[in-house]
This record gives sequence, structure tokens and C-alpha cells, in this order.
Amino acid sequence: MSEIYDILVVGGGPGGLSAGIYGSRARLKTAVIEKGRAGGQAATTTEMENYPGSFGEVSGPGLMDDFAAHAEHFGTKILKGLVTDVDLKGDIKKVTCKSGEVYQAYSVILSPGAEPRTLNIKGEGKLRGKGVSYCATCDADFFEELDVVVVGNGDAAIEEAMFLTRFANEVTIIVIHDEGILDCNKASAEKAFENPKLKWVWNSVLEEIVGDELVEEVVIKNIKTGELTNKEVNGVFFFVGTVPKTEFLKGKVELDERGYIVTNELMETNVEGVYAVGDAIVKYLRQVVTAAADGAIASVAAEKYLAEKEYFREKVLEAKTPVLLAFWAPQVEKSLTSISVLESVVEEMAGKVSLSKVDTYRNKKTSDAYNVTEIPTVLLFNKGEVIDRIEGDFTADDVKKLIAKA
Amino acid sequence: MIELVKENFDEEVLNHQGVVFVDFWSPKCGPCMELMPEIEAFAAKNEGKAKFCKLDTAGNKRLAISQKVMGLPTMVFYKNGEKVQVYDADSINIDTMQAKLEELIG
Ligand SMILES: Cc1cc2nc3c(=O)[nH]c(=O)nc-3n(C[C@H](O)[C@H](O)[C@H](O)COP(=O)(O)OP(=O)(O)OC[C@H]3O[C@@H](n4cnc5c(N)ncnc54)[C@H](O)[C@@H]3O)c2cc1C
Repeated sequence: MSEIYDILVVGGGPGGLSAGIYGSRARLKTAVIEKGRAGGQAATTTEMENYPGSFGEVSGPGLMDDFAAHAEHFGTKILKGLVTDVDLKGDIKKVTCKSGEVYQAYSVILSPGAEPRTLNIKGEGKLRGKGVSYCATCDADFFEELDVVVVGNGDAAIEEAMFLTRFANEVTIIVIHDEGILDCNKASAEKAFENPKLKWVWNSVLEEIVGDELVEEVVIKNIKTGELTNKEVNGVFFFVGTVPKTEFLKGKVELDERGYIVTNELMETNVEGVYAVGDAIVKYLRQVVTAAADGAIASVAAEKYLAEKEYFREKVLEAKTPVLLAFWAPQVEKSLTSISVLESVVEEMAGKVSLSKVDTYRNKKTSDAYNVTEIPTVLLFNKGEVIDRIEGDFTADDVKKLIAKA
Repeated sequence: MIELVKENFDEEVLNHQGVVFVDFWSPKCGPCMELMPEIEAFAAKNEGKAKFCKLDTAGNKRLAISQKVMGLPTMVFYKNGEKVQVYDADSINIDTMQAKLEELIG
């Protein structure tokens, strides 16, 4: 437990690996903890046609191997472990794995991604691995010359259905919408409608999966007419969206009602020094390219945070002389005046006291940490401790009285 | 771990008196590859207590289907040739499999 990482990333999908690349290129001590093989969901799809610059022969697993190799090349350590608990408060964060191993870091980037949503249809749980699947790349082989149904009609569903047509005899897509309406991108929809091996069932949902030891048939329900139809099939593939894997983060960072992590545009969570990226956060588009972008932003934001912390430690907490820490904002006229008052006093004291400034708008976290509610406010530090403070306007004499307390 | 193919499956698994563990996997299955080191460690740790095998379904699809396996990864315990416990992607867990093994040989 001795080492302390600068950036510790939880989850080695595209979001986490991209954070690793940016972190280690900034020469920060960076590690990614991954429970399985690096690559995440993106490594479970052969069809990967929209990651910029990669098309044609590039597959999901291939692209993800490249992400991982890229991160390791610049020095990211990929550690194996299933994170079960996190302690994110304070300056040193702790991440605990199921094995009992504890890792420490000054900043944490959460990148746990998502997993397939299950619908809990009758038979779905019982027949998993026996014809019910959530991973076409894993299981397509079994269905050579057999018939399968695909449930869902978003990007993943349509693309995976097309992949399955290379193996299966017939692939039937069950779509909840009216005929011709799909949630996926237009390019995939056009391609799918031209694929003779794809069959369509519109206005319908899956009601039940029937089978004793293997999938034998499905019951399809037309939601307009209520009519039930039985169809003999050997496999059922579900691509009906995903759910975030954030169970272990409950009560640790802010989550929305569906379990997605809430971040701002810097990928900051509500906890200082803790960032979140990728499919697990509240966002508009969950794709490899956006996960990778989030990872880049989070690492750069973490780098800046670490530098500010370091600066603060050096200039304020570990300073040899007493320090005046002024909270100001360029937009607030009277705080400008108070800065010049402070500067002249500090100059007069010739080295007995130093001055550091915090722009309250840019560095809200420091202001919050010291409960600063008014601008200007000045705090007197000595040997890392806050001795006293002045809130609101002050004169040179007020400042001298404050300094005298050190 | 013993590599199973259709030529040796009956002899190694179905006609075997005792407990046999079979890991159904394929090189294309990411989650299977992830699990492999853990499964190999599980087998090594319990060497002698039972027979540990793996079956690459890529070349042995029909054999897998005959064992009612149509999804990966899947882990199966056999005892005296009978299938006694199946774990799918969701339920595979080294601790529960260890407990099951103890129970089966116990
Ligand atoms: C079938 C399918 C097809 C897709 N096709 C495309 C496509 O063509 N193009 C595209 O851009 N996107 C596609 N996507 C979406 C894309 O895969 C995701 O947007 C992307 O992988 C999200 O990346 P991520 O890093 O946020 O999370 P994930 O990829 O989910 O990775 C998260 C990683 O974190 C690990 N992890 C989670 N919790 C823990 C923990 N507690 N401890 C340790 N490790 C943990 C997981 O094992 C996983 O490896 C597809 C998704 C699916 C399911």
C-alpha cells in the first residue's frame, strides 16, 4: 500500500485507457485498475465502424488492444482487480479491490462503464448461455445455420444483428416501433433494410423465451393488437441498452436516479479530485469516441488540479513564513483594491510574510474548503494552520493587526 | 488442464468416475480470455481433487451444443458422467465454484 499514484483510473474501457494515455504523457504516475481484460464493452463488438480513423478491418477487440498498448507504451500501469470500495474524501484517495489490495492516489478517475440491460422476460435468466446471449462476438459461432431473434433496434442491436447474419440462417429483429422506424443511425438502417437475411417484426416485444435445456421458441407480442405469436428459434440476442456499473459508488459520489455519475464539463464529480468518464456518466452520446474524449478531459483536469494542490502545499501550507491567502475575483471591483492594500503591506514587511491569491471563481473548491463566502476575504496561515481571517473590506492597519497574530 | 475435443470427450468426461470440471471457451470470447488465468489458477490449486478440462468451442461447436452449451463463457461440473452444475457468464464465481467442488468431492 506504499505507492501513491497521481491518477488512479477505475475501469479499463476506452474511457479509462484514454485517461491513462493523457495522464502518463503528462508524466504523472498513472495506473488503470481493470477487473478483466482491458477494452470494456468496445472489446465485445466486432463491428466498429464509427471510431474516427478506424474502419474496414478494425474490430472492437483490435482497437481496444491498441488503446491498451498505447497507454502502456507511455507508462500507464494496468493493474488487475475488481474494485469493491472507494474512500474518496481527503487528499489521499483509497481504492479497495475484492482481493483486499488497497491502492492510493491523489486523484481518481472513475470509468466503470456499463453492462447490458436485462429485461427479465420469462425464460431469459434460465436460458442464459443456453441460447440467450448479450454478446454476438462471443456466441455467434454457435448459431451457424440456425435461427435467432434480436431484441432491440438501436445502433448496437442493428449492427450486431448484421454481424449475426454472417453466421445464422435467419436473423429476426423484434422492433417495438411502427414499420420502418429504427432508433439506430441512418447508415446502419439503410444497410440493414438491404440485408436479405434480416427479417423484421414490427410493433412487437418479446413476451417469453421457451426451452427446457436450450432455447426452443419465443413468444412475440404485438403491442398494437395484443396478439401473441410463437416462433421457433435457437437463439435470442438482447441489445436493449445498458445500465451503469456504479453500485459500488453509491453514497460516494453524486449519482442520478438511474445510477449515472453526475459530472460537469471538466468531468469533475461532486468530490474534489475525483473525476468520472465514459458510459457511466450522465451524457448525451455513449460511444467509444466520447468515452475517449471524456478520458482526455478528465486527465488534463486532474493534472491541473494536482498542480494547484502542489502549488498550494508549497506556497501556503509548507511556507517558512506566515502567509496571507487572499480570496478575490477580477470581476469584483473592491477585491482589486484590497489586493493592492495587501501587496503594499507585504512589501513593507520585507520577507516576514508572503502573499498568495485565490481567484474564487476559478478555484471554487479552495474557497469552499475554507468556507469563504465573501469577497474579499483574507486568511492568515502559519505552519499550515489558519490563524485568523478578515471577511469583507479591510485597511492596511487591519492587515497589520492580523499579521501580528501569527 | 486437459484439452477436450470430440475424440476424447466421452472418455475424459462422460465415462469418468469422479468429478470433472469443464471450461467452455473460445479465443473470440473476450470474457472467456479474461477468466482464463483465474480458471487455470483454480485448477492448479485443486489439482488431484478433480479432473480439470477446457473445451475450445470454436472447433467443437456441435459437441458443446450436445452438452446444451450455447453461450460463452460457461463452466460445468460433471460427476460420474452426469452434469451436476452449470455456471453462465452471470454466475461464474471462483468462490462459489470452490464451494461446489468441495461439496461434490466431500
Ligand atoms: C454490443 C455493443 C456494440 C457497440 N458498438 C459500438 C460501436 O460500433 N461504436 C462505438 O463507438 N461504440 C459502440 N458501443 C459502445 C461502446 O462500447 C461504449 O460507449 C464504450 O465502451 C464505453 O467505454 P467506457 O470506458 O465508458 O466503459 P466500458 O467499455 O463499459 O468499460 C468499463 C470497464 O471497466 C471495468 N470495470 C467496471 N467496474 C469495475 C470495477 N468495479 N473494478 C474494476 N474494473 C471495473 C469493466 O470490466 C470494463 O472493462 C457498443 C457497445 C456494445 C455493448
